[in-house]
Amino acid sequence: MQSGDLISDYFELFALPVSFDIDGAALSERYRELQRAVHPDRFVNAADAERRLSMQLATRVNEGFRTLKDPLARARYLLELKGVALDDTDTRLDGGFLMQQMELRERMDAMKGAADAEQRLHRLRDDIRTLERQLMDELSSLFADGSPQALQQARDASRKLQFFHRLGEELAQLEDELAMS
Amino acid sequence: MALLQISEPGQTAAPHQHKLAAGIDLGTTNSLVATVRSGLAETLPDENGNHLLPSVVRYRLGLPPQVGEEAKAALIKDPHNTISSVKRFMGRGLADICKGCSCSEYEFAESAESESTVPRIRTVAGDISPVEASAEILKTLKARAEKTLGGELTGVVITVPAYFDDAQRQATKDAAQLAGLNVLRLLNEPTAAAVAYGLDRDSEGIHVVYDLGGGTFDISILRLNRGVFEVMSTAGNTALGGDDFDRAIAQWLAQQAGLGDDISVRKMRAVRAEACRAKEALSDVESVTVSVAVKDGEVWRGELNREQLNALIDPLIQKTLSPCRRALRDAGIDLDEIEDVVMVGGSTRSPRVRERVGEFFHCDVLVDIDPDKVVAVGAAIQADVLAGNKPDDEMLLLDVIPLSLGIETMGGLVEKVIPRNATIPCAKAQDFTTFKDGQTALAVHVVQGERELVSDCRSLARFELRGIPPMAAGAARIRVTFQVDADGLLSVTAREQASGVESSVQVKPSYGLSDREIEQMLRDSMAHAEEDVAARNLRETQVEARRAIEAVESALATDAGLLSVDERMRLDAALEDLRAKAEGGDYLKIKQAIEALNAASDDFAARRMDAGIQAAMAGHKLEEFS
Repeated sequence: MQSGDLISDYFELFALPVSFDIDGAALSERYRELQRAVHPDRFVNAADAERRLSMQLATRVNEGFRTLKDPLARARYLLELKGVALDDTDTRLDGGFLMQQMELRERMDAMKGAADAEQRLHRLRDDIRTLERQLMDELSSLFADGSPQALQQARDASRKLQFFHRLGEELAQLEDELAMS
Repeated sequence: MALLQISEPGQTAAPHQHKLAAGIDLGTTNSLVATVRSGLAETLPDENGNHLLPSVVRYRLGLPPQVGEEAKAALIKDPHNTISSVKRFMGRGLADICKGCSCSEYEFAESAESESTVPRIRTVAGDISPVEASAEILKTLKARAEKTLGGELTGVVITVPAYFDDAQRQATKDAAQLAGLNVLRLLNEPTAAAVAYGLDRDSEGIHVVYDLGGGTFDISILRLNRGVFEVMSTAGNTALGGDDFDRAIAQWLAQQAGLGDDISVRKMRAVRAEACRAKEALSDVESVTVSVAVKDGEVWRGELNREQLNALIDPLIQKTLSPCRRALRDAGIDLDEIEDVVMVGGSTRSPRVRERVGEFFHCDVLVDIDPDKVVAVGAAIQADVLAGNKPDDEMLLLDVIPLSLGIETMGGLVEKVIPRNATIPCAKAQDFTTFKDGQTALAVHVVQGERELVSDCRSLARFELRGIPPMAAGAARIRVTFQVDADGLLSVTAREQASGVESSVQVKPSYGLSDREIEQMLRDSMAHAEEDVAARNLRETQVEARRAIEAVESALATDAGLLSVDERMRLDAALEDLRAKAEGGDYLKIKQAIEALNAASDDFAARRMDAGIQAAMAGHKLEEFS
């Protein structure tokens, strides 16, 4: 496939500057324009080769959109582009952060079976969102800095963001359970 | 805008000739076919003026099967040979079907002698798989459309519940193949409904589609933006629908009438029919008289009012709300962002359903398009666009995969590879390694579902990668790639990175029909037809050849400038060769010529795609980088 050159990186594919701060509206608009150009629905009557390419490209456009839209995926992708190794088995993080995670988890456990579980769940979610936003601000300035030290810190911050991401997923599951009971 | 100038492959050069395309709603209770004529999408009636075709097939000894009203009329007198709600069995194993408690109605054949584990229903005309019964319904709709439109259909869009898994989608596509239909796309029912509404109203913003049919429930949340329908999330339950309402009411009726637990299939069908009648009547009136034949001509009479009905169906409506909650969360939106809720499916005629759904979403429920027809209408609009009848149309549907795909890892756990609600087409590559020294084969088990344990998810397929060169444990790198296409169907390839050993599998669902079985069914069905297999092969290959020629010709008409003189000559030669072979009667030679043309146009295709992307992004590059 020759189309590899043109779309080697997602920022280039979407014609956006390589940055953690992203213009969400522009991203969505370009996503739609790109899909209009490559989506398999546009190639139903085309030759086999074009249909196959269309599926590959539409897949890549979807993957790019998903990556750039989501702050965690975007941070990880940027680190990868900058050549910073992401080792998921390395889970060392500062003690203060781990303590905070434990506290958040304790709050989650404590709401199971509580009479005001729903309110507690909403408060916890709001708190998590605030903390996530702080991390994103941090990531924004670290990526803007771009020095090797800053990128190492960005790597830690993105790992922290991942913790929140998992916590959010568990919270969603808990919400389902609460709704069922 | 740049993208308006992108020419549409396969459309520009061809003379402006309207292609016959149709949308088919293959429903649990009723099925419909619709088409776009003079710019208007409408469902097609049969010769008696009926638009709805009851999804009921009756098998008879030595006679062709009956489909629709005639079959439905025989439901009570010939219950074992008359198959209704067959959609519930599509892509399902016997164990799944029995969980739904409806298996007592049919006698299922042992599947020991057949290749797959597809359950087959025993009838006087032999053992029938759900795929075959569905194909009968599709054949009837195909005949109706071709008679009305006066020509052969070039392609159809068939709708499926958004929450259908891979096995159910594949079974639907197999049924279409058996019915001799060219499937342009499998389209999710809620998305089809949104298309029907969206094009009418030209409404931007976020919309919810609540689709409660006879046997399935779907909820989809979509964002509409300048002709693009972007599905943000979908959720549902493929075993919940109006049939369950009927069952709950029937149970109540049987209880009230003092019928014991030991009710014959025939009697239960009669009670179900009465339950369904009462339910429908109660949409318009407050109370109805109900009657049930008890025994020896003795008849129990009673009354069913709305309040009692609501008490019976409320728990079922409640069951639809937790998927709604999950879809909202997956879409990452709040209730106040929703413009309205589109109601789809016969069961949304129930005033109670409308009331509860409106309450839940805090907004208006839209019911202006007939909820029975809206899906078929949307499918017809999409079929018209896909067939190439509207080259300038801006409409584009971006749909999602409803359930996560994963693979089995050690200890019976699932490792997710593609999360639910990922926009399709999508793909994911995952690396695996061996865990024993000298291990030369690796088994991959693909499952679909949200749970952590393999046993709680649906098994889609198992396949083996063989011939891995013997290495130390952990040294081999096996990359497994999952590709989900625009129909939501999965294919898997696996390759050992060092040796390049490749293993490719079309995922044949654990409860699907094998290719051989489908081939056999096609042969069997042709045993009665005039056409023989060889003639059919030739005809199909000739159609394929024409399509390939047209595609390349229209690509050349717009983008010939992308080719060098030399390349152009080679492509023209391949075209000429295929044109000549297609006239002949040797389908293998035609096939070879098609492949040669495909090979000769590979690079051209890649360049055209690049040009398309560049054109789409052209304006932005200037803004950003100059």
